[in-house]
Amino acid sequence: MSGNDPVAAFRIEAADLLDATEQALLDLTHDLASRELIDTVFRGMHTLKGSGAMFGFDALAAFTHHCETAFDRVRKGLAPASPDLVAVTLGAMDHMRALVESDDPALATAGEAILARLHEALASPSDNEDLATDAPANGNAEKGWHLVFRLPLDAMANGTNPLILLDELAELVEPGLARIIALPDAIPPLAELDPSQCHLGWDVELRGDIAREAIDDVFIFVMDDMELQVEPLELASPPLPEPNPEITAPATAAAPVPNGQDGQPARSPGRMQGGAGDSVRVPASRLDVLMDRVGELVIVQSRLAQLADSGIRGPAGELALRSISEEVERLASELRDTTMVLRMVPIAALFGRFRRLVHDLAHETGKTIELVTEGESTEIDKTVSEQLADPIVHLVRNACDHGLEPAGERRSNGKRESGTIRLAAEQAGGEVLITITDDGRGINRERVRAKAEANGLLAPGAAIADADLLQMIFHPGFSTAEQVTNLSGRGVGMDVVKRTIEGLRGTIDLTSEPGKGSTITLRIPLTLAIIEGLLVRVGQGNYVIPLAAVEECIELSLEEDIRSRGRSMITLRDRLVPFLRLRELFATGTRPDPYQKIVVIGTGGERVGLVVDQIIGSHQTVIKSMSRLHRGLPSFSGATILGDGGVALILDIVQLVALGQQQEERLRAAG
Amino acid sequence: MSSILTVDDSSSVRMAIRIALSGAGHTVAEAGDGAEGLGKARMAKYDLIITDLNMPRMNGLEMIREIRKLPIQAGTPIVFLTTESDVGLKEQARAAGATGWLVKPFVPDHLLKVARKVLG
Repeated sequence: MSGNDPVAAFRIEAADLLDATEQALLDLTHDLASRELIDTVFRGMHTLKGSGAMFGFDALAAFTHHCETAFDRVRKGLAPASPDLVAVTLGAMDHMRALVESDDPALATAGEAILARLHEALASPSDNEDLATDAPANGNAEKGWHLVFRLPLDAMANGTNPLILLDELAELVEPGLARIIALPDAIPPLAELDPSQCHLGWDVELRGDIAREAIDDVFIFVMDDMELQVEPLELASPPLPEPNPEITAPATAAAPVPNGQDGQPARSPGRMQGGAGDSVRVPASRLDVLMDRVGELVIVQSRLAQLADSGIRGPAGELALRSISEEVERLASELRDTTMVLRMVPIAALFGRFRRLVHDLAHETGKTIELVTEGESTEIDKTVSEQLADPIVHLVRNACDHGLEPAGERRSNGKRESGTIRLAAEQAGGEVLITITDDGRGINRERVRAKAEANGLLAPGAAIADADLLQMIFHPGFSTAEQVTNLSGRGVGMDVVKRTIEGLRGTIDLTSEPGKGSTITLRIPLTLAIIEGLLVRVGQGNYVIPLAAVEECIELSLEEDIRSRGRSMITLRDRLVPFLRLRELFATGTRPDPYQKIVVIGTGGERVGLVVDQIIGSHQTVIKSMSRLHRGLPSFSGATILGDGGVALILDIVQLVALGQQQEERLRAAG
Repeated sequence: MSSILTVDDSSSVRMAIRIALSGAGHTVAEAGDGAEGLGKARMAKYDLIITDLNMPRMNGLEMIREIRKLPIQAGTPIVFLTTESDVGLKEQARAAGATGWLVKPFVPDHLLKVARKVLG
């Protein structure tokens, strides 16, 4: 969490505020007249400006002030909310984000350009009126004021100290130029007097050049309930008669209020270096659950200590020990689940970004695009969520750019003019399914085939299953866009998307129906930290295969092993599946176990068998990253520590499948 | 200097208030909601209480009403945090017994000005 640094806390709050305001702006594009949205935008800017100034983000506060003023005008009906204004303000949001992150003076130039556009976008000529700040003090009574006031009866009970008010009034003018007379006429007889009530009134004469606003300021907290008459002092008016000089209020003579607070409060010095991205917000209820578990763990620990000290041995001791062991196991698994949940964030934040993207893309392409999001409350690991952003950006861009047809084409095909992109998330077991669907033209198989053939990915005229043909899109450097537009084709291909998703141990699937649209499904594990694994032995080493990738386990009989030597293929339900002998791959130098097993693993449509000596069983695998020296090793994605303290390497499924495919191709090429 | 209680469910706001006021030499106690604030107000006399209105468990209005019943806090100024849009809420808070208000967001100068205004 953000510890003791309000600046760090502000950065997080600012990011949320900007997101929320941006959402309101985007909604505003559909409903320019919505007062509620205009108010939301205004309030967002207002809060951002205020808090920004509070925490030393002066450039941000100054810049935001202009946007706030613009929306204040809109709010007050002085200027209309135009699409231009919203577009410029959306640009301004990005600038504000930059200002939250950095105080680079170079940003000022960019800011001025945006403000110039902002002024243009406001329909009525900007008069640079400073609407949000206090009106300037204009002394309209150079001679001074005559006041008569009575405070509400309960003023003192409610914490107002009349003496402080009188002091404040007196301080408005030069010493000696304030005359204050108490008006005791409303004081009830002693028997009826409630000493906590304020029965006195005051007649005050202030001589000097003071703004009327300054007087109102003194009474700001009591203004609505008090009686107050204020008149300018007449030049010729004689000094007030003093009807009762002996009961002049003591205020003018009161000891001067200590005024030593002039020292400015410490503005937060130096801003936090890192962004706000390193912290996670956790609902307190989740921490409570965690605390409960920890509490239980402490209790079990003391039970264990008691047992160790008690000297109970034999079957009774064993039974007690087993019961404690079971308890620890249950707690550990609950603790693991609870802790994992701490890292989970709703996917709504990720999806929120795409509204802006789609809005901009629609603008750039001239298409009408509607973004529909579903399952925003689905939760996902924070790191995963961050790493998913770029791939999904690419997929959404693709869908907008290549998938959706221009309005004219859609109309002539009998479709609705506005294209729809649907972004949905749902949790399924230990995975999150994210689907990106468009109702565009779908993927043109002929073009994919032509491109694949031209790039040598496919032999001309070769028969290929439809699903495999679509998979071609994920090959490095594959792009069917006839012209590289500004939107897609920025050097990032679908292969990079696929690699990123697989780096998260996820999978990517594509289905497409010509004329109807395409759907891309991402399956992402809920967390990166712990996986269900299948523990196997190869030679003398233990290895973990992610269970999600395991399709089946079969026995490799000795004769089949000998028969398949040299070609390393088995027939599995009429399909040839290549397999890798891990013993040979890892050069264990051991003799094969007489009953070897093949673990068939798959990603997408590709399958490969891994020959292992023994399958030990399923294993809750806590993933530890490899040391820097070993990080570059192919075939392994990490390591884990086993119950006995030994280390097991985690196999990198993607690498191994690719290796198997290469082997298959080599064998095919060899005939 | 003065002893001030700040009641707010947002820790960053409490933090900002604490930093601003302690910078001016005041002692600042904190409470995370109205119930906690009321509890503290029962235990010790404060020179000023600054409270948010929207809080879980016990909101600021209820807390102010309860504090006004405590003899130990007789006449203690209570300043509530509000936004410019909450005009109706301002009325309610004053009716509940609040002394003044501070419009959120505020800069430390505003906070100190309001504190000076009610503390004298």
